[in-house]
Amino acid sequence: MIRLFKVKEKQKELAENANGGAPIKKQTAGELRLHKDISELNLPKSCTITFPNGKDDLMNFEVSIRPDEGYYFGGTFLFSFQVSPIYPHEAPKVKCKTKVYHPNIDLEGNVCLNILREDWKPVLNINTIIYGLYHLFTEPNYEDPLNHDAAAVLRDNPKMFESNVRRAMSGGYVGQSFFPRCI
Amino acid sequence: MADAAPPSKSRDLDKLLLRPGNLVGPTFDPGVQLRDDLQEYAKILVVGAGGLGCELLKDLALSGFKNLEVIDMDRIEVTNLNRQFLFRLEDVGKPKAEVAAKRVMERVSGVNIVPHFCRIEDKDIDFYSDFNIIALGLDSIEARSYINAVACSFLEYDSDNNPREETMKPMVDGGTEGFKGHARVIVPGVTPCFECTIWLFPPQVKFPLCTLAETPRNAAHCIEYAHLIKWDEVRSGKAFDPDNADHMKWVYDEAVKRAELFGIPGVTYSLTQGVVKNIIPAIASTNAIISAACALETLKIASAFSKTLSNYLTYNGVEGLHTKVTEFVKDKDCLVCGPGVLIELDTTVTLQEFIDMLEGHPKLLISKASITYHGKNLYMQAPPVLEEMTRSNLNLPLYDLMDKIPKDILHAIGTINKDNKKSSGLRKLRVDFKGIDGITDMDMAGGA
Repeated sequence: MIRLFKVKEKQKELAENANGGAPIKKQTAGELRLHKDISELNLPKSCTITFPNGKDDLMNFEVSIRPDEGYYFGGTFLFSFQVSPIYPHEAPKVKCKTKVYHPNIDLEGNVCLNILREDWKPVLNINTIIYGLYHLFTEPNYEDPLNHDAAAVLRDNPKMFESNVRRAMSGGYVGQSFFPRCI
Repeated sequence: MADAAPPSKSRDLDKLLLRPGNLVGPTFDPGVQLRDDLQEYAKILVVGAGGLGCELLKDLALSGFKNLEVIDMDRIEVTNLNRQFLFRLEDVGKPKAEVAAKRVMERVSGVNIVPHFCRIEDKDIDFYSDFNIIALGLDSIEARSYINAVACSFLEYDSDNNPREETMKPMVDGGTEGFKGHARVIVPGVTPCFECTIWLFPPQVKFPLCTLAETPRNAAHCIEYAHLIKWDEVRSGKAFDPDNADHMKWVYDEAVKRAELFGIPGVTYSLTQGVVKNIIPAIASTNAIISAACALETLKIASAFSKTLSNYLTYNGVEGLHTKVTEFVKDKDCLVCGPGVLIELDTTVTLQEFIDMLEGHPKLLISKASITYHGKNLYMQAPPVLEEMTRSNLNLPLYDLMDKIPKDILHAIGTINKDNKKSSGLRKLRVDFKGIDGITDMDMAGGA
C-alpha cells in the first residue's frame, strides 16, 4: 500500500519534469499506422495525393485520379479522405468531390466501393483503397448501382453511356443534372 | 445484555484489510494503517458517469475510498433513468458528473467526489497523473484508446527494458452491451494494454451503400438509407446530429416512407435510434455486475488484499450465466505500451545522421526511415509532396526538433532488412539525450 503512494509521488515528479502542465500531445496508434501506410504508398502516375492541412495532418488528405483509359479517360476526379483515430479498425471516410456521371458514385459524392464499408479489413490500407477507386473508373459496373439511371444506360446502351460521360466531363447536362467541367 | 454498539460501518472491509489470509497479494500488509491509508491517500478517477459510472461511484464510495473524482461530458436524458439510478426525472438536462457526485456524497458519509463536466481530451496530463487508479465506464473504442494512451504514457522502462514499477498507472476497464459485459485489469508494462488487444474487436456492421440505395431488404437498411443517403440529398450542408430530436424524427419519417415503398415491416422510432446511434438496449443488472467486478479489482490493486483478476473477465447472461477469465499476454511490439528500442544520442546529432544511424543499428536495421514525433512529421521519405515539405529538417539537430526534451519517444517507419528479407516496419524508439547539464538520473532518485 505504501508502495502505491510512492508511485504517485514519482509520477507527479515525472509529469512535472516532462511538460509542466501542457495539454497531452497525443499521437494515436491509428495515426502511426496511417503514417506507415502513407510512407509506403505506391501510386500509379494517374493518382496524386495532397495534404491540404500541411505535413502534420495526415488524417485528412485528398487524392486526385486521372484515368488513363476507358470511358473516363482525360477527366480529373478529386476524392477526400477522412481517417479516424481508431484506424485501421474503422475504414477511412471517402467522398468524391467532383460531380461525376457514374453508376457507382451518386450526385452527393457517395462512393459505392465494398472495401470502404462491408468488406473493410484492418489488413487493407490506403493504397488498396486508391486502387479500388481507380478501378471504378476503368471498370464501372451497373450491378448494385448508386446512380441507377447511369447504370441502366451503361447496361442497355453503352454508346450512349460513353457520350453521356463525355458530355458530363466537358461540362453539360445529362438529363436534369448539370455537371461542371472536369477534363 | 448491554447496549451493543452499532456495527462499524467498515465491518466488512475490516474483515478483508485487518487480518492476514491465504489468498492475499504479495505486498499485503494488514492493519488499521492500511484501512486508514486507503481512505486518506488513495485517489481514484472514474471515467464516465453513465450506466457503469453511477454503479462504480457507489461501489467505490461504499468500499472505503474517500477521494474520488468523476468525469463525464454528457447531460442526463430520460432514457438514462432505467439504470443510472443516481438520477431522477427532475435532473434531466443537468450534467451527469455533477449530479452523480452530489447524490453519492449525500448517501455515503465522509466521501468526497469532485465532478468534471468536460471531455476527457480537455484535461492535461497533470490531471491524470494525480490518480492512483483509473476506473473506466466508457462506451466507445475511441475513448478507451485515448485514456489507455494517456495512462501508458506515464510508463517508463529502465536500460534493461524492464518496466519501472513506480511509473505504472493501473486501469480497470468495464464495458457492457445488453446481457454481455467485460471487466479487465490493465497494468501498463505488465498486462496487455488496450491497444495490445484491440485486434479482438470484430469489424463493425456496415451495409453496402448500393444495397441501401437499390435493394433494401430489412428495416435497418431503410433507416440507414434515410440516415446516410437521403439526408445528404435533401439537407446537405447540415451535419446530422444524432442527439437532435428533430433530426432523428426526420430520419424516422423518411425511413418509414422508404419501408412502405418496398413493403418492409418493422421500422419503429426506437429501432431508428438504435441503428443510427448504434445503441444496444442497456440492462441495469449487467451494469451492476460489471461495475462490481471493476470496483473489487480497484480495491484489490489499492490494498493488495487479494490477487487481482488476470486479466480479462467476460460475462454472458443471455442464457443462464457464464463468466470466464482469460489471461491475455502483452504485445512486446505494442506501439503504446511496449518498450521500443533505447537509443542514446548526443544533442548535436542531426536528423539526417539519425536516420542513417538507424540503418546500421543492430536491433533496428531500418533503411529509408521516415520519422514522426508527437504527431509532427519530422521527415517523410514518401510521397514526393511530403518529402519536399520536410526536407529542410534534415540538417537540424534532432534535439532541437524534439523541443529540447531530454528523454522522449518517437517513431520510425521504413524498410526492415532482416535475414535477406525486406519488410516494412514501424518501430517505437526511446531517445535519450546524453550530456545535458542538470538532468537528474531517475535511477538514482531515492530508491523505491
